[in-house]
Amino acid sequence: MLDDLDRRLLRQMQAAPTLTVPELAELCDLTAGKAGRRLDRLRELGILIGQEAVIDWRALGYAVAVSLRITLDKTAPRAFDDFLEQARDVPEVIEIQTFLGRVDVRLHIVARDLGHWQQIYRDRVLTLPHIAEIEALMTVATIKSDEALPI
Amino acid sequence: MIQIDDIDRALLRALATDASQSASHLGRILDLSQPAVWRRIRRLEDAGVIANRRLVLDREKLGFGVTVFLGVKLAAKGRVGLEDFERAVTAIREVQTVEHVLGLYDYRLRVVARDLADFERVLRRRIMTLPGVGTVEANVLLSEERRPGPI
Repeated sequence: MLDDLDRRLLRQMQAAPTLTVPELAELCDLTAGKAGRRLDRLRELGILIGQEAVIDWRALGYAVAVSLRITLDKTAPRAFDDFLEQARDVPEVIEIQTFLGRVDVRLHIVARDLGHWQQIYRDRVLTLPHIAEIEALMTVATIKSDEALPI
Repeated sequence: MIQIDDIDRALLRALATDASQSASHLGRILDLSQPAVWRRIRRLEDAGVIANRRLVLDREKLGFGVTVFLGVKLAAKGRVGLEDFERAVTAIREVQTVEHVLGLYDYRLRVVARDLADFERVLRRRIMTLPGVGTVEANVLLSEERRPGPI
């Protein structure tokens, strides 16, 4: 479905999403018209969805980031639904993932400082329903975060 | 630290969902002039709140059917060990994010693969052969949602 040229365009865009079409065309040795048509096609196919701004929470004063790995009590029939529904109401939760594995759910939570974290953890996290086990990983440093695909 | 108001918050929410929206479109939604939208975006970028932009692609359509979160514990610790590990792990194309964490594991990785067999290949040939790697725990991603966060 995709040829080398499509892949090259997507690779360049992944590396620099704000490139204009003429800039992108030049990097890929294409005319702007040709590059534009390729991009339109990738959009039509639903491969190229768009771009999103990445917020740096530290710049907004959220110095603490914690990854909570949670195992749920699966004997409760609505354990996942109840848990996810209420986790969405915690404003400091920025990502929710569900898994197949030892861990059922992961919450990525930001807090202003350790005092704020303690408050979120005690008042908003531990009160979430059907938690069987909980493990915390605190972010020390983010080494790579581009989330680029190996196209 | 930058102070932001409700309009900045609305702007951040909009850009975090879709950063390709034009300033004139955003201006209409937020009841601002186009130059005022530009000024606010520039200010958020200068303060580092908008760290960068990320291209959104359909992973499945590009043939990446499996995403796995790995918890990695290093066998031997020490400053040199961390640097060697980080240099080698960030070079792996299938590794999308690398976070140095404090807790049960030393690193949290996000890995994409075409399917489970491809993931096994990446795990055995790339991850398990990294310098200093000890134990690895894998959880296969089933679903994921990004939340707006505390803005």
